[in-house]
Amino acid sequence: MAVELDKKAVREKIAKRAEKEIQDGSYVNLGIGMPTLIANHISDNKEVVLQSENGLLGIGEYPTEAELDPDLINAGKETVTAIKGSSYFDSAESFAMIRGGHIDIAILGGMEVAENGDLANWMIPGKMIKGMGGAMDLVHGAKKTVVIMEHVNKAGESKVLTECTLPLTGKGVVNRLITDRAVIDVTETGLVLIETAEGWSAEEVKACTEATLTIHESFKEEAF
Amino acid sequence: MKAIYQNFEEAVKGVQDGAVIMVGGFGLVGIPENLILALEQSGVKDLTVISNNCGVDDWGLGRLLKNKQIKKMVGSYVGENKEFERQVLAGELEVELTPQGTLAEKIRAGGAGIPAFFTPAGVGTPIAEGKEVRTFNGKEYVLEEALTADFSFIRALKGDRAGNLIYNKTARNFNPMIAAAGRITVAEVEEVVEIGDIDPDTVHTPGIYVQGVIQGKQEKRIERVTTR
Repeated sequence: MAVELDKKAVREKIAKRAEKEIQDGSYVNLGIGMPTLIANHISDNKEVVLQSENGLLGIGEYPTEAELDPDLINAGKETVTAIKGSSYFDSAESFAMIRGGHIDIAILGGMEVAENGDLANWMIPGKMIKGMGGAMDLVHGAKKTVVIMEHVNKAGESKVLTECTLPLTGKGVVNRLITDRAVIDVTETGLVLIETAEGWSAEEVKACTEATLTIHESFKEEAF
Repeated sequence: MKAIYQNFEEAVKGVQDGAVIMVGGFGLVGIPENLILALEQSGVKDLTVISNNCGVDDWGLGRLLKNKQIKKMVGSYVGENKEFERQVLAGELEVELTPQGTLAEKIRAGGAGIPAFFTPAGVGTPIAEGKEVRTFNGKEYVLEEALTADFSFIRALKGDRAGNLIYNKTARNFNPMIAAAGRITVAEVEEVVEIGDIDPDTVHTPGIYVQGVIQGKQEKRIERVTTR
């Protein structure tokens, strides 16, 4: 039976599942918006260093009222704190870290993902273009790029496509896609269904996905 | 010894209509607030502004925008500003969006005497249209050209009379590269200190990149107060 959750519950569910992608000891960049929520779910058993592309390695908790520092923000322009052992640096250094393959995993939001790993997440033609920020650099630099997004749009149409219709953020850059309905890997032979979410069978996920899905040999149904 | 300006009007006096300027900061953090206000006051127009963002409606570069002093904006994210949207849709403002890392490197390259470089960011996207794409080790890269400016306006925590600068936390961001990429660079600092007061080992921007320094008091507005 397909399960419908409200928007907030959907975001939390995706964030919780995405947290499992983060390995102990890794350097992580979380995109603005839903990916930022993942930070709230990072297990205490893991030692993880969060990178913020505006020049901070080691993002801490949000500050208390007393700790508020106008010179200390994350890439989403929210006030943050820095953990013990953190470092500050300029934007060129920050993107050297990113492009140079030093970030273990980047988790970004998405509008569309295609079978070949193309990602579109920065502009809708005809609407005001706000800019790509650091997304185009991030998708090429991190050792692993994970995209998190809702499986279908407001009209109920698949956002997982044979080919992206929106202008791309990166070509062939996505390694894994996590939605409210499934976990899907991008492989050389196309998209492979790894898991489905609670309330979703493989067949139901296939039915609401425009792209072709094959099922992984160790596929797990209702895994999260 | 560098010029230590006594007022902001004097610090921006050389900027003429049509100038290309770079402005440091990420969001409202690390922006040269008072230098921007002085540019607004000066009424200089048709500026090409290179900066990661374009301020908010009533602060930072948003002030110059509102005052219709900007002809062209080069940045990576301009979504915090409604007036920006209005001017773009009305055809009053030209925009060149650049991936953030590419923007940082274009500015770095400009200050470092490197005319262009290859980066993977933007390959296969509208950003790479009309640009050379070359394959290295089986991966495609796009050729991006360096940026320089007539004037660079930056913000630092401390500056001495030799122009050496230290930044505070994430207020560093684009400021060091912008310092080097400007033909004339003016640093707005929270505190001007004497030569010898800054430990050479802690200098972030060596004084060679800085032509003038001015002390100012910043409001340091916060875009998104987020507490736990």
